[in-house]
Amino acid sequence: MQLAVRPGVRARPRTRVRARRIRLLPPFARTLLALAVLAAPALGGVLPEDEADLMYHSYQGGDITVQGPSVLIRKKIGDSLSLTYNYYEDLISSASIDVKLSASPYHEIRKQNSVGADYLHGKTTYSVGYIYSKEPDYIASTTYYSLSQDMFGDLTTISLGYRRGWDQVYRDLCAAPHPTNSECPDIINDPTFHERADHWGYSFGLTQILTRNLLATLNYEIDTDQGYLANPYRQIRYQSGGGAGFTLAPQIYPDTRTSNAASVLLKYYLPWRATLTGSYRFYHDTWNVTGSTVEADYTLPVWKSWIFDGSLRYYTQTHASFFSDLFPYANYSNFMARDRELAAFDSVTVGVGATYQFEVPQVPWIHKSTANIRYDRLMINYKDYRDALLAAQYGAGNEPLYKLDANVLEVFLSIWY
Amino acid sequence: MKNRLAAIIAAAALALPALAADPTGSPAPAFTLGSSAGSNVSLAQYKGQVVMLNFWASWCGPCRQEMPLLESIYKKYNRMGFTLIGVNVEPDSNAANQWLKQTPVSFPILYDKDSKVSKMYDVAGMPSTVIIDRTGKVRVLHRGYKPGDENEYLDSIRTLVRE
Amino acid sequence: MRADGEQRSGRGSANSRVRGALLAVLALGAALGGCTPIEPWVKPYEREHLADPIMSLGRNSIAATYRDHVFETREGSHGATGAVGGGCGCN
Repeated sequence: MQLAVRPGVRARPRTRVRARRIRLLPPFARTLLALAVLAAPALGGVLPEDEADLMYHSYQGGDITVQGPSVLIRKKIGDSLSLTYNYYEDLISSASIDVKLSASPYHEIRKQNSVGADYLHGKTTYSVGYIYSKEPDYIASTTYYSLSQDMFGDLTTISLGYRRGWDQVYRDLCAAPHPTNSECPDIINDPTFHERADHWGYSFGLTQILTRNLLATLNYEIDTDQGYLANPYRQIRYQSGGGAGFTLAPQIYPDTRTSNAASVLLKYYLPWRATLTGSYRFYHDTWNVTGSTVEADYTLPVWKSWIFDGSLRYYTQTHASFFSDLFPYANYSNFMARDRELAAFDSVTVGVGATYQFEVPQVPWIHKSTANIRYDRLMINYKDYRDALLAAQYGAGNEPLYKLDANVLEVFLSIWY
Repeated sequence: MKNRLAAIIAAAALALPALAADPTGSPAPAFTLGSSAGSNVSLAQYKGQVVMLNFWASWCGPCRQEMPLLESIYKKYNRMGFTLIGVNVEPDSNAANQWLKQTPVSFPILYDKDSKVSKMYDVAGMPSTVIIDRTGKVRVLHRGYKPGDENEYLDSIRTLVRE
Repeated sequence: MRADGEQRSGRGSANSRVRGALLAVLALGAALGGCTPIEPWVKPYEREHLADPIMSLGRNSIAATYRDHVFETREGSHGATGAVGGGCGCN
């Protein structure tokens, strides 16, 4: 892999990386996003419909804004093949608590292209796909294969999936001096830093129709990650004398992780034409993070063309075995992290959405179209992660626990042709 | 060990034959149902004709897709002793009637509101098409609809109409 | 505080166990799909509600999966969120 070094700039050897930027997405999350978009609602023995979607997505919280477009096109070729293409972008603008602590604010773009194919043979759909994601300091490629089969009079659908990901990890440097709270004017890749990460995932899914009004799904997934799984910009802190009462030091992650997740979902059709969905997911990995998710959703069609959705989600997590907000001294243990994604916390998310279905008579080849909006308010209360920016005021280790409130928005247009 | 077990199961899977009942050749069960025209209609009225029963519902995409093609088949062969009957399987016919207002057909539509006839004909997929010959025997049973299936229907109808 | 650093051979044996198990499930599924001793208790003509778009598991999937992605980025869990199936069972 070539490391990009701007011509004319000698990458000065530095012991301290000046521009610290947060790679927002943990390695596996990037591949998961693409998979989720592409792995369409294939109904086992039926190909997905031809569809095009144009979406604007936005996440805003904790002084980070990530927004951008996502375009999806799906088309059948003949009776047995359906092809999908997706283009997705994240425009990241960050001055988060991590950035404020030890880095400069920054802007960045991540671009992702994905292609996928579904092939139907009898009651079985075979799917393959490839995803390529690129940003200045991270390149991720993923391939996936899956099959899904209808059986028992189409009351049951079983699906199996496998995915393999390869990541190239870089680290950005600031090649020009600049004041601490302003953006770096010249960012380059650190030529001394180039790591890789590999991922394997296996999944099993079962959908079962229980009654005329009730269906259930079970999902199980096992993933393994190996290689550089840390974040080259984030740091841990340990207690020390003087100043703020703590000193920053590099984080050290294990180079492997295996995780298991299992979920169950029930969807019930209510007599007045509405649906109620309840789901539970359990997660556990070899870093000792345990997470439980409970969610309830209600969908109600109203008048002739509107559908409203409401949801409530509760999530609780225990911290990774090597996580601490403030280690007692330097080199406390072999693995140390202070990433808040690995902390212990509770989160509550409340969401609402609306869909409006309309006709486009001027364009006869569009047989259905919808305009949609979805908003979620994500509220996280950390149990063992503190706001280190307030160390001077409260003393290191006694700062108030951090809270994060975020707004998640999707606005999109869908057409079926 | 696990892989050996998997191999044994895979071998057994290939050896198991598919079990499916074959109703072709048996007499078509008789029935009487209400129709969209208002009066009751029974299968016995059509003895001596080739009858194609199409079990459909307004909520079923392939069923709706098939209807205009069935209409053209009906128009073409009706004068040769062929008739097509659309059996709607919905307990509440409002949605079906609404859809028929937008996409009218000229062949009879019957309402099987309590699914009696669907059970008699062992409807195992939506849509289902049954073709009955002039002597009242079931000759063709076709489950589902994919574009191009209408050619199979036409072949069967041409053969049976000549009997 | 040793976390996962020493399990270097763990991935290999975990993966082959999972591969074997999934192969078994696949073969069993193929076997059971071929012969159908269990009569479907919800008949094809009774699937009106299940065919309703509001009962679809994949409704608005482009937005739902972005939302899942936001959670996976901000939280420590991932996986087991996909589902296929349900619907009208036509064809």
